[in-house]
Amino acid sequence: MNLFELLFGPFFTYGFMSRALVGAVVIALSAAPVGVFLMLRRMSLSGDAMAHAILPGAGVGFLIAGLEILPMTLGGFAAGLVVALLAGLVSRLTIQREDTALAAFYLISLALGVMLVSLRGSSVDLMHVLFGTVLALNNDALIMIGAVATISLTALALIWRPLFAECLDPNFLRSVSGAGHPVHLIFLALVVLNLVGGFQALGTLLAVGLMMLPAAAARFWVKRLEALCLVAVGIGVASSYAGLLLSYYLSVPSGPAIILVAGAIYVVSLLAGNRGVIRTRLVPPRHRVA
Amino acid sequence: MAIALRDLTLGYDGHPAVHHLDGTFVDGSLTAIVGPNGSGKSTLLKGITGMLKPLGGAIERGTTPHAIAYLPQAAEIDRSFPATVADLVALGHWRKRGLWGAITGADYAAVREALEAVGLRGFEDRALDTLSGGQAQRALFARVMLQDAKVILLDEPFTAIDEKTTADLIGLIRRWHCEKRTVVAVLHDIDMVRDVFPEALLMAREPVAWGDTATALAPENLLRARQMHEAWDEHAPWHDAHMHTGRAA
Repeated sequence: MNLFELLFGPFFTYGFMSRALVGAVVIALSAAPVGVFLMLRRMSLSGDAMAHAILPGAGVGFLIAGLEILPMTLGGFAAGLVVALLAGLVSRLTIQREDTALAAFYLISLALGVMLVSLRGSSVDLMHVLFGTVLALNNDALIMIGAVATISLTALALIWRPLFAECLDPNFLRSVSGAGHPVHLIFLALVVLNLVGGFQALGTLLAVGLMMLPAAAARFWVKRLEALCLVAVGIGVASSYAGLLLSYYLSVPSGPAIILVAGAIYVVSLLAGNRGVIRTRLVPPRHRVA
Repeated sequence: MAIALRDLTLGYDGHPAVHHLDGTFVDGSLTAIVGPNGSGKSTLLKGITGMLKPLGGAIERGTTPHAIAYLPQAAEIDRSFPATVADLVALGHWRKRGLWGAITGADYAAVREALEAVGLRGFEDRALDTLSGGQAQRALFARVMLQDAKVILLDEPFTAIDEKTTADLIGLIRRWHCEKRTVVAVLHDIDMVRDVFPEALLMAREPVAWGDTATALAPENLLRARQMHEAWDEHAPWHDAHMHTGRAA
């Protein structure tokens, strides 16, 4: 077996492997930039909370139609949006902050979702919903992932400037434009959209991994916003490829393998990145003459 | 462009912070707002920008609030955000370029010129988290320059800023005054106000005096302002005028 076959053979030989690769790469392409903005807005954990919040919607879709993509995706999207909006509303109308409200709603959602799926399905179905089946992506699932990525990347390009301003200096944006609030809502919708896009492949709980881990790792390498997005996408794509290959040769579950590779890249970046622990703490500081 | 206040009351939770203020910032005037802490100075600026809705009365701007340049007290800028000084200053082009208009080469040239005017030549590509407090304030003044607004509001722009920077930025305020822009600044340094600002508004929640600086800041007026009672009266009766605007408990 030569090196080319070792590295690329499985993707040519098995249709399910190439489908899995295409699906995961497109998810990485679309979700990583959203993750960069989530991280920069200090909302990293909100992504996780919203991933849980999708579950009851997907559960209702499952109750009605079984393991069909469209109903579960639409249900998940609706549930995620409702929880995001409710959390925002609670913080605006009451003294409670958004993070607490979000925690409350996602816990309710998670419990409700597990209960709904279990009403009709087995524990196998539940595992399917929670952790996805990247090796079983059919045409419908790939089209769904592609559509999500197209919408997400286009929308992100359109709101790039106000989103940038909203992150950097929200008061300034308020003083020159009324766009701040709508842009925040569109951004939340993009987060939910990407999570439901990733949910077929990686499940509700792991979908957020391809969103946050590449962004968090990229932060240790580059400084500029555009560079962060590009590096994060690169890390996401590399994790998808390496994770699938590992799962093939070691016969381990694919979804967790992809996320674990992304996690390994994060840990390496944390230690060895330009702004990681080793360069900033262990190398003695130097300074220029002027 | 003039800003007229008509029996204006602004506040939080129904408690007035600015009470029955009447008067006009005349077109092209340069006014300092002076008064003790809690006297409603910042609240008044927030009202003029439209961020705070009046509890009573009205503000006549003759323009949309978004056309007013506003530099808040201790601007809440996320300096760890991965942006350069040029990125921050270029936001000043907002009114000209809007949400989607391309920032052109000429726009970046304008950013460079504005940075030079505030003494930050060559700072375009510096990351925000490498700036000192004074440098950040200079950059924000450069952004106000680019906004090219007819009305400019500055809330305590010189807090924690050294003398050299303050002197430079005052030069800029004078230049805006020469360009016939209406400039309103909240300040604490009475000597600076007397030196630089032809007009002053002395506040102690109620307006104490408004007009020519020498008269408005006469010793007896300053004494009256100092005697302002800072605490809210939790049980103050609701003002009649607001009863029928649905504000009453």
